[in-house]
Amino acid sequence: MSTEPQAAAPTEAEVRARLHSAPFAMFFGVDLELRGDELTLVLPYREDLVGNVMLPALHGGVLGALLEITALTTVSLRQRQTHLPKTIDITIDYLRSGRPVPTYARAKVTRLGRRIASVRAEAWQFERADPIAALHGHFLLTPE
Amino acid sequence: MTEPAPPPTPPTGAEIVTVMLSATPWTRALGISLVSVDHARARLIAPYRADLIGDAETGVIAGGVISALLDQGCGAAVMAAMTERQSIATLDLRIDYMRGAIPGRDIIAEAHCYKLTRSVAFVRAVAFEDSPDDPVANATAAFMIASDGGRRPGSNHKAPR
Repeated sequence: MSTEPQAAAPTEAEVRARLHSAPFAMFFGVDLELRGDELTLVLPYREDLVGNVMLPALHGGVLGALLEITALTTVSLRQRQTHLPKTIDITIDYLRSGRPVPTYARAKVTRLGRRIASVRAEAWQFERADPIAALHGHFLLTPE
Repeated sequence: MTEPAPPPTPPTGAEIVTVMLSATPWTRALGISLVSVDHARARLIAPYRADLIGDAETGVIAGGVISALLDQGCGAAVMAAMTERQSIATLDLRIDYMRGAIPGRDIIAEAHCYKLTRSVAFVRAVAFEDSPDDPVANATAAFMIASDGGRRPGSNHKAPR
């Protein structure tokens, strides 16, 4: 058993500051909540996030961006790194149309290797068990 | 002297896609516009903007902008392949990133709807700055055709049952 001291887990404020250091995250209006090791990304509804004005429904690119940011933020939190990993590939399944309400997303790092992380993420609105979109992706880890 | 009114000309593919882009709030917010449209093919451009940077250290544009550009480009190619206007919705979208986009450069997406059936459309797309031979990202997508079937305008204001 290793006796090396673990680096302190980052606080919610630190993870948020890292997220919001990206101009796009500010433009997008995405925020996060961190409870213990459980990270949830939160995207409030805004009219300019819509892709279909008739229904109205969130744009596919909005759900893709939310899921990718959730995956990247979760990997860098697990890695205890400030550098963002690089996206190698993502596959997004659109399961339901996104309604004009807040959207939440969580990611699970299914494997954290030395160079690659494999990640699954889901976005939901009303019930977590009823996701509106899901992501599966691979991310290249950047050395510190 | 009366001349018969000319028969109404159906809108061109470029007109349909231009209307679609201007009526889509998220593509307008990102500044995405049409470059060209041809049968089952479309080319869209996303301008480089400081507020769309995804990594402040490198100045590289956010992946979320490229996925919106590729998703919308694929949707435009589907519309360019259809003979009548129908609603469409993305079923799935896979994006492979070959490299980071070059900071300061606009990104072009070129999409081709290579198969259109009654219910589903299959699309390939590539994102690049100068040439599709030097891609930033490749995408493959499937779309549902007539995705609004049975749903009324404003139906999404109600929570799902």
